[in-house]
Amino acid sequence: MADPIQQFEIKKFVTLGHIGGHEIAFTNSALFMVIAVATISLLMLGTTGRRALVPGRMQSLAELSYEFVADTLKSSAGTEGMKFFPFVFTLFMFILTVNMIGLIPGTFTVTSHIVVTAVLALLVFFTVIIYGVYKNGFRFLKLFVPSGIPIYILPLIVFIEVLSFLSRPISHSVRLFANMLAGHITLKVFAGFVTMLGGMGVFGWLGATLPLALTVGLTALEFLVAFLQAYVFTILTCIYLNDALHPGH
Amino acid sequence: MATSAHTEVPGGGKPQFPPFNKDTFASQLVWLAITFVLLYLLMSRLALPRVGGIIAARSGQIADDLAEAQRLKEETETAIAAYDKTMADARANAQAIAAKTRDKLMAEAEERRKSVEGRLNQKLEEAEKTIAATKAAAMSNVAGIATEAASSIVERLIGTAPAEKVVADAVADSLKR
Repeated sequence: MADPIQQFEIKKFVTLGHIGGHEIAFTNSALFMVIAVATISLLMLGTTGRRALVPGRMQSLAELSYEFVADTLKSSAGTEGMKFFPFVFTLFMFILTVNMIGLIPGTFTVTSHIVVTAVLALLVFFTVIIYGVYKNGFRFLKLFVPSGIPIYILPLIVFIEVLSFLSRPISHSVRLFANMLAGHITLKVFAGFVTMLGGMGVFGWLGATLPLALTVGLTALEFLVAFLQAYVFTILTCIYLNDALHPGH
Repeated sequence: MATSAHTEVPGGGKPQFPPFNKDTFASQLVWLAITFVLLYLLMSRLALPRVGGIIAARSGQIADDLAEAQRLKEETETAIAAYDKTMADARANAQAIAAKTRDKLMAEAEERRKSVEGRLNQKLEEAEKTIAATKAAAMSNVAGIATEAASSIVERLIGTAPAEKVVADAVADSLKR
């Protein structure tokens, strides 16, 4: 049976150089990041060149993505949140595309590595802190002091608020990483059962139908998860950005 | 960092769990930075303004078309109102002209009737005068003829002509009865 962990291995194609003792290489992960950027650019730029008043299918898809992310951002962070629209849109499309491409057999899932999701989560985390302090100054700290709390439990509440704020990048990144990792391992394990049982003669073939059916079902589920996790990451980003824009809620 | 990667491997020879292999982090971070920044620039500079422009142009076009339709509808309503007003005016005008003409014709007819009546009355009066004159003349002639006839009758009867005055008195006397 194939090792279900093997699919997450980073394979070096070309070593490009070293930065501070760390090897920088063009890897399969880098390749799929580039493919994702190319795919998104093709969708958003290649299909909108005609600027058709009545859009074709692909232009509709580009407009749909635009309006979906814009509505998500507006509903959680308000109209002021639209200044972060390019950032949130890039984040959503990048995660969605690498998740979806990762479901094609034989490909690599960029978001199944904690370092990638952690960097994206920290990017959001520091954007919130820097913009929050820049825009609100000292009032940004009101985020940790909810109004209408009795003074004697306030220290506890503030402690919990600070703790939950600091743990945001962890939950933000681990949620996406773990979902991608676990989903792909599960798929590989069940698909592995099919090949394993398939090699055991007629009874094996009969027995293999169950994991095969499960694999088909799980693949559908994984497509849902791939979209849902990209959406969850995005909507959490919007909620965090809302804190930077309007602290004290 | 490189040393910790070696120490974390349990059991020595077993390959490390790839997502926690720190040796690959630097490459992933560099490529993530390159691709994410590139994608951000492509989206924020080119794609999103273009798609946003398309959507805005479409909603603008729809709003314009709706406004144009509204304007044309109002124009139509104005035209209909103007038409109705013209129709009502023309009808009122026609009625006024008809009434005026009728009144004028009636007045003329009345006048003509009056003048004809006046002339007829005059002629009537004249005729009556002529009749009265003729009657008076006839009456005087009757008296003369009656007197002559009476004289002739009396002369034939008695052989002598009576006095003219007596006969005239007698005739006048019998004419009065």
